[in-house]
Amino acid sequence: MSSPSIVINSPAAPPVIIEVKNVTRVFWDAREKSEKSVSALENVDLSVRKGEFVSLIGPSGCGKTTLLRLIAGLDAPQSGELLVEGEPVTGTSHERGYVFQQANLFPWETVEENIAFGLKARGVYEEYRGDVAEYIAMAGLKGFERSYPHQISGGMAQRASLARALINRPKALLLDEPMGALDSFTRMDLQEKLLELWQKFSATIILVTHDIDEAVYLSDRIVIMTPRPGRISEIIDADYPRPRSRSSARFVELRNKVLEKFHLAGAEAPVEYAI
Amino acid sequence: MNKSSYWKPRSNAWQVLAALSYPAALVVNIAMRPIIEVDERPYRVFLLALAAHTAVCYLRAFHDEKLALKYNHRSQFTFAAGALLMVWDVLSSKTGSLPLPFFPGPAQIMEVLFRERSAHALNCLYSLRLFAAGFAAGAFCGVVSGILIGWSKLWDYWLFPVMKVVGVIPAIALIPIVLIVMPGTFSTAVALVAISAWFPVAFTTARGIKSIHKSYFEAARTLGAQNGYMLRKIAIPGAVPSIFTGISTATGISFSTLVVSEMVGARGGLGYYINIAMGWMNYASVYAAILLMAVSFTLVLAVINAIKNRLLAWQKGLVK
Repeated sequence: MSSPSIVINSPAAPPVIIEVKNVTRVFWDAREKSEKSVSALENVDLSVRKGEFVSLIGPSGCGKTTLLRLIAGLDAPQSGELLVEGEPVTGTSHERGYVFQQANLFPWETVEENIAFGLKARGVYEEYRGDVAEYIAMAGLKGFERSYPHQISGGMAQRASLARALINRPKALLLDEPMGALDSFTRMDLQEKLLELWQKFSATIILVTHDIDEAVYLSDRIVIMTPRPGRISEIIDADYPRPRSRSSARFVELRNKVLEKFHLAGAEAPVEYAI
Repeated sequence: MNKSSYWKPRSNAWQVLAALSYPAALVVNIAMRPIIEVDERPYRVFLLALAAHTAVCYLRAFHDEKLALKYNHRSQFTFAAGALLMVWDVLSSKTGSLPLPFFPGPAQIMEVLFRERSAHALNCLYSLRLFAAGFAAGAFCGVVSGILIGWSKLWDYWLFPVMKVVGVIPAIALIPIVLIVMPGTFSTAVALVAISAWFPVAFTTARGIKSIHKSYFEAARTLGAQNGYMLRKIAIPGAVPSIFTGISTATGISFSTLVVSEMVGARGGLGYYINIAMGWMNYASVYAAILLMAVSFTLVLAVINAIKNRLLAWQKGLVK
């Protein structure tokens, strides 16, 4: 297996912003007192460049969410190193925005209060209060400022959640299957929105997904992960021009390439991943 | 209240019967002579007021569709209430079928309520003052200790086991101790009411904070929130529904403690009044005080409910 983490430093390439070095994260089975453990991640290496859109894809249990949580600082590895702009990750930071699978808006706050949360929490609300209306508009939530989360649709909630993370102007945006719980129309709608925001903010995005089409459509690079133990098996460059079309030959070609990696393409039968 | 809660079928007969029930009770009261000495005027005014109210509702229902639904729904109950008053009046003051003085008639109770109105008002205020002081102190301490237990591992370690044991002791059992510790009867009663309110509020507040989903804290952390900010903006608002569950429970327990503590040493209040009236075998006064308790405690609950609805506006449409 080739080492997928090595990035060739060509002079034109933007600097590496996130580095994952030989990271291992083990979970113990809490129910059993045995020594039984599950390697959510084993010796994982990954580098992400500034402004890159990277997708982590793989079947459930492959550790993609674990890896994202480690980068966010919501969890810590047993061994290995995580660096953001050369600094080790010691905890969460507003510079690494995180969007959850469920929008996770605070139900006791209005849409507007939710979006302004980061500014208020950091004590910079007075300085940036003008941003709030702008981000509400950007998320297409004008007229819903005073609504509570349960009063808006799933797609709207997820857009609000995205705006809530973006208002902090994070250097990296970590997305944990944010579109997983949405219907396909809402999902495609949000994918467009995401691309638009990515280009506007020239943000670095790491997206966890189990939707191959989504990964192929959105990403610069697709990181393929396999479970038990969680490992990166391959990284596929999806460097075809934007705007992209879901029916273009290149899209279909890449999609098949990813499917092949999971042994899901053609006549070959799906295999069990357990080793 | 929405339309669907008025599920009783449309019935003109019940509406007419409801409108006639209080006037009928009034007519019976005037027609029959009481066998005991009683000033029936306050009771008649009371019935007249009820009759007038029902009549106005009946007439307005012809023009107001919403009121019509409501009036129709309640008509059976209104009828039953009027009929019950009439039967009670006949069985007590009019014929003496119910043993006196233990079961006085409605006319006797209304007579006492009217005659001793200033004493009643004073007793009500006395009880409400005691409740306000004790309940506010208890609920405040409950929220504070609940937050400490729910938020901090250290407080949880030291305080939670103590709370679990101390909290289940009925406050009334502590009367002998509280009497020694507190300087006066009022402060004793306040302390007892406070103790009764404290436990349910503390317990549910702590549980409320502990049961807030981890993901809210994670989201807050990734947005740049520090611990203190998360306590104020996630833990406490997230626990408000639980806090109010505790407050509702605490209200009921505090009412009992209030009445009992007034019975054992206070110099005023509805509980005190009941005790004195019982000593004089004045059962009409006992019922009058019970009635006033029902009314004033209902008002207290209504106030607490209004505060709750205001604070939990974000839940509207989310739960029930």
